[in-house]
Amino acid sequence: MARFILMRLLQAIPVLLVVITVTFFLVRLAPGGPFSAEKAVPAEVLKALEARYHLDQPVINQYFSYLGDLAHGDFGPSFKYPGRSVNEMIAAGLPATAELGLYAMCFALLIGASAGIIAALKPNTAQDYIPMSTAMLGICLPSFLLGPLLMLVFGVWLEWVPVSGWGDIPGDKILPALTLASGYTAYIARLSRGGMLEVMSQDYIRTARAKGLPEWKVVLKHGLRGGMIPVIAFIGPAFAGLLSGSFVVETIFQIPGLGRFYVQAAFNRDYTMIMGTTVLFATLIILFNLLADIVAVWLNPRLRDLYRSGGA
Amino acid sequence: MESTELNNNTNPQATSTPAEKGSSLWRDAWHRLQKNKMALLGLGVMVTMCIAALLTPWITVYGYEEQNLMLGASPPSAEHWLGTDTLGRDLLTRILYGSRISLAVGFIATAVALLIGVIYGTVAGYMGGRVDAAMMRLVDILYALPFMIFIILLMVIFGRNILLLFLAIGAVEWLTMARIVRGQVQSLRQQEFVEAAVSIGLGPWAIIRRHLIPNTLGPVIVYTTLTIPNVMLLESFLSFLGLGIQPPQSSWGLLISYGVETMEEYPWLLIFPGLALSITLFALNFLGDGLRDALDPRAAKD
Amino acid sequence: MSENNKENILSVSDLSICFKTRNGSSKAVDNVNFEIARGETLAIVGESGSGKSVTCYSLLGLIPQPPGVIESGAAQFKSDAEKRDLLSSDKATLRSLLGDKIAVIFQDPMTCLNPYLTVGEQLIEPLCQHKNKTRAQARKRAIELLKEVGINDADMRFGSYPHEFSGGMRQRVMIAMALITEPELLIADEPTTALDVTIQAQILDLLDELKKQRNIGLIFISHDLSVVANIADRVAVMCAGQIVETGETQQIFKQPQHAYTQQLLASVPSGAKPAQAFQPGPEEQPLLKVEHLKTVFEQGKPGLFAPRPAPTIAVNDVSFELRHHEILGLVGESGSGKSTLGRSVIQLIKPTSGSVRLDGQELTQLSPKQLKPLRQRMQMIFQDPYASLNPRMTVFDALAEPLLYHRIAKRKNVSAQVLALMGDVGLAHADIRKYPHEFSGGQRQRIAIGRAIATKPELIIADEPVSALDVTIQAQILELILSLVERHNLSMLFISHDLSVVRSIADRVLVMHKGKVIESGATEALWAAPVESYTQSLLAAVPHL
Repeated sequence: MARFILMRLLQAIPVLLVVITVTFFLVRLAPGGPFSAEKAVPAEVLKALEARYHLDQPVINQYFSYLGDLAHGDFGPSFKYPGRSVNEMIAAGLPATAELGLYAMCFALLIGASAGIIAALKPNTAQDYIPMSTAMLGICLPSFLLGPLLMLVFGVWLEWVPVSGWGDIPGDKILPALTLASGYTAYIARLSRGGMLEVMSQDYIRTARAKGLPEWKVVLKHGLRGGMIPVIAFIGPAFAGLLSGSFVVETIFQIPGLGRFYVQAAFNRDYTMIMGTTVLFATLIILFNLLADIVAVWLNPRLRDLYRSGGA
Repeated sequence: MESTELNNNTNPQATSTPAEKGSSLWRDAWHRLQKNKMALLGLGVMVTMCIAALLTPWITVYGYEEQNLMLGASPPSAEHWLGTDTLGRDLLTRILYGSRISLAVGFIATAVALLIGVIYGTVAGYMGGRVDAAMMRLVDILYALPFMIFIILLMVIFGRNILLLFLAIGAVEWLTMARIVRGQVQSLRQQEFVEAAVSIGLGPWAIIRRHLIPNTLGPVIVYTTLTIPNVMLLESFLSFLGLGIQPPQSSWGLLISYGVETMEEYPWLLIFPGLALSITLFALNFLGDGLRDALDPRAAKD
Repeated sequence: MSENNKENILSVSDLSICFKTRNGSSKAVDNVNFEIARGETLAIVGESGSGKSVTCYSLLGLIPQPPGVIESGAAQFKSDAEKRDLLSSDKATLRSLLGDKIAVIFQDPMTCLNPYLTVGEQLIEPLCQHKNKTRAQARKRAIELLKEVGINDADMRFGSYPHEFSGGMRQRVMIAMALITEPELLIADEPTTALDVTIQAQILDLLDELKKQRNIGLIFISHDLSVVANIADRVAVMCAGQIVETGETQQIFKQPQHAYTQQLLASVPSGAKPAQAFQPGPEEQPLLKVEHLKTVFEQGKPGLFAPRPAPTIAVNDVSFELRHHEILGLVGESGSGKSTLGRSVIQLIKPTSGSVRLDGQELTQLSPKQLKPLRQRMQMIFQDPYASLNPRMTVFDALAEPLLYHRIAKRKNVSAQVLALMGDVGLAHADIRKYPHEFSGGQRQRIAIGRAIATKPELIIADEPVSALDVTIQAQILELILSLVERHNLSMLFISHDLSVVRSIADRVLVMHKGKVIESGATEALWAAPVESYTQSLLAAVPHL
């Protein structure tokens, strides 16, 4: 098992390097430096800034010095806001995004998996159609549509929940979390329904029933483990999607999160900010994929043995 | 459906009895699809939408850019069925023109993903061994990349080129298509009828063409139908952020973003484009689900 | 019929079940009556679709009620001086009986055990559920039972997962799981069908012994008449949902009354191959000469810091000859390498080393292009009639493909040849445009055979061609094969795990075990006096009528 984890970690490093490199050169290729949007700056100030940010060096040198900084955990100073470092800005934005993502994921898993399991128990009946049609709504109403609609209905017309802000008024986290979670809830519901349907038609479920076990035990003890595998497999990519989906939700609901900062940084050509956020996101995504893989292997005794005895 | 089994009679029969038409798996699948009301509804909606999009320049009353500043934003009425926006432009017209863009992006980008994905997946699945391992390694690496981030970056840096948009979105979706095709080809390769084809002496191209591809079509069709809505979603997402389609062209995503800005005063500007997008996504998803159930080989066995 | 003073533990009367499908409703079980007493074994025998499994599962409430509908019937279950009708009991009552007084053993132990739970966890479930034992008590009892069914290291094995056991061991675990609550009635649904013949013999002995010890009533469902003949007290023969005949085992087998029973018994391969007009003898240049053939599979990928798992040697230095017009049988249990040998000979799998000579021509060194003309002369028939035909090609397409590809026929005149082929293998000409899924298993196998003989090959490799077929269909296909071999002067390598089938069709036999051919010889000579101990145990394990 430890070998498996080590191997995956080692495999992750080249991926990270690719991400860093591609982003680095992509950003450099952009027409117009970071200051082209500003008003004309006096020549000496310009020179000083360029020296400070190593812009006068050949690009390759910049690349390697950046890698060096990264190894120390230093994302560099922000191009756009002199005096603030990227680390600072990330630290400012990350908590909000992380919290939002966490709530959304928990909601999606809980509601989605339950809905899917309930639907799978009585396929092609009302117990199936109702949760699944509602789930379909989640897929077909994109977050940038659902969010404003929810805001309109529950925030403005009914005035049940506050519409914007984050942590200022109690309940202002509900709408954003729900909006972000909606698509994933739907997907997880479909996945868990599919997985449970597949498992419940297996022979070993019949064996469990033939032993006289009550139905709830058959479903929860025997069915869940196999049925939830597609959901577990999905969590890695789901988390990746959550991070990117938070851009929109944060914009709509005015949440001071990393997603919103990222989009602004992209517009502003704030090189280091873009780099830093991209590297951070990529690392998190890779880590989460790894975690999901590990859990998937751990849950399946056959795979566990396969990896324990060597080879991955 | 079953013909009578001849008992130990190995004499050739007279050819006077006419051959009965067999029922291919496609025919069976079509029958099954027809029973699925929601899927048929989805199909009907899509066909209607596509026709409307094609005929837009001829069926719209108002011009696309026609402003009526005196009127300003107005709710649905007899002259403007869906109302007008802040510049007095007819919303129905704008939605119809937007559909052309959104649907075009949907179909074209999916076609790009389809082409790349099927070729890549078939080659990887058929070659197997090291070639397959290397090709899928590449897919795995690409999968791990935060694509949204790259697309945003690309759009910001290289300007908002519609062609680039197609390519960028297609480049994201082909990965899953390649995976699905490769998985299908791999499992098919192990089937005995492929071994039989090899033992008859068929070369790789004949096998791919006659035995592998017809049996891969099912999942490919299903996945294509489900990719189109994903692509449309991506496009509207980008347009919403201001990174996709640029005015004066409009797509549903752009219309929705305008609608969000003024949603409290003029909710119809948000609701109608939103409805258009949602209905299309619903239709495609129901159709895709229906196709998946209809083409399920397990169902064919009974 | 059973004696009146023996107390019947289960009496089923007038049971009728139908299934409602989209196309209407079909009767699966039609007016079935039977009884069974404690200590006796009742075998329910039938081919696929006869309704034997549905009958028993319906008693236990394991048939999903839509689409299945129990139209009529009663099933009186007597235990502890209490009589209950299983069919009209509510779910709770049934559930209290299942796993406690009535136990079930299913066919495929791999799919019937939960792969995600340990064997021990699954073993103690019935005890904890029905007998209110604590986990510790249940564990103790479970380990005792594991020892009783012949699993060594029971203590350690308690915490193992199903995939860590072999097929036979898994079935022993299933038996332990069924018997752990001391049931009075045991239903065994094809419990040995998925097992090798030597393991089958062990499991049957085990079942018999345990049944006698505990005085259990055993309902043994099977399609295999030879197995049934050896362990059942009474037999009920089912066909198309009805019990056509029932009685004492010896009675049924010696003097079958019903036409179907007679046909069934006649279809079981027994005894030697009928004498042929032409007896193949040793030759200067045999059709097929295999020398020192070795096929090795690399297993898995090496991890970064992990040792590479050892490669599997599937075929280990095998040499033999196949003479013209001869049927050479290749027998072995699962894992013996017989399928791999067949595929290595026909070059579907590239052998690692050794030589394969077809009529003097060396095959192993040829490129696929060079092999192409030779492929016409050697063809293969596969085991699974469902998987060996492309589901998207009609019969016409499937049979015409080899003819057109090798330019034996042109588009214009290929139909005539296809029709001739269909007649040759016994298919109706009217079916020429039909698709594989519209045919039965036996008919599909006929199509596959037709495809194999289309190019008029000299050598045919048949890999378990009748193993997936019902007994009566099996007999027909074997007869078809024999007549085709005779008419078209074919030579055949007939691979099978079923020794009786091989005996009835092969001139000479090779016995394979763990990749090596350990014995070979003329069929009857081998059967009469096997030399190797493995062959002896193999032949001894085969059940006879």
